[in-house]
Amino acid sequence: MKPSTLRTLALLTALLIGAGFALVFFWAPNEADQGFIQKIFYLHVPLAIVALGGFVIGGIHAIRHLRTGDPVHDARSYVSIHASIIFGVAVLLTGAIWAKASWGKWWVWDEPTLVSFLIVFLLYCTYYPLRYAIEDRERQARYASVFAITAGAFVPLNFMAVRAAQSLVHPRTFGTVDGGLPGDMWLTFLVCFAGIALLWVTLVSFELTAKRTRGQLSRLRRSLDDGDRLPSAAGVAGRIAPSGVSSR
Amino acid sequence: MPALPLDEAGKYVAAAYIVFVVLLLVYIAIMAWRLGRISSEIEEIAELSERRSDAEAEPAAVDAPAEAEEVRS
Repeated sequence: MKPSTLRTLALLTALLIGAGFALVFFWAPNEADQGFIQKIFYLHVPLAIVALGGFVIGGIHAIRHLRTGDPVHDARSYVSIHASIIFGVAVLLTGAIWAKASWGKWWVWDEPTLVSFLIVFLLYCTYYPLRYAIEDRERQARYASVFAITAGAFVPLNFMAVRAAQSLVHPRTFGTVDGGLPGDMWLTFLVCFAGIALLWVTLVSFELTAKRTRGQLSRLRRSLDDGDRLPSAAGVAGRIAPSGVSSR
Repeated sequence: MPALPLDEAGKYVAAAYIVFVVLLLVYIAIMAWRLGRISSEIEEIAELSERRSDAEAEPAAVDAPAEAEEVRS
């Protein structure tokens, strides 16, 4: 990605998040039941949706990697999962704060929504040890892709199972026949959601650009180091072939 | 549970948003540190490349008078 595009993306993200938070605190009304504490909803729910969506996107990139064998898709899958895990940490922390404020407890174990998110999060936490336990780069990428696809498929299944389960205390805000969000709260939520989604895209793009730059640098260093060891890179090109390539 | 009063709820809401901002700042700090490492690596590579081009230029300069002598003789 070009630096100018990355800059525009970062600026747009900052603007949207700023606008979203301004709407939360200066425009959206306090919810009748929970009062001011419901303001956490505009942060916690978009973070959760984006984190889960990011895991699915990681799975889609992993499918592309297995189909094409292109390491770029593996890098995209890795970075998507990485960013989503960070978002997952934020979801768990903001959720715990909200739970303490409205239920009086930091965590409720008999609530399917909370426990299922924790299971998904912990499942993805095993992605790193699985990936880095394998030394061979190609095998590592392949196994990581298989994991990303399996776990990515588990996310929507898990979501549907939770929706089907009887919720005890966690509110169902979207798609309920009565008691859905009023217009001004919806708009605030959508702006916050767009901001958080764009933040995810920006972080992923930034991380991918950094990864690509590091790769290019190490290639450059390798070629310079090879040149240093030899008296003249051009002079010996005919005599010494790169490893794995026959000189004939 | 009934809604918390504003002074009580405000602390929790502030904590949630601060956690988000802190996480974001930590992430940006880590990325900045990595960017610093990339920058110093670029400097090293540029230095290495300059040294190499200097080393390649030196023998050429030393060989030039000898070659001229050979041509004259």
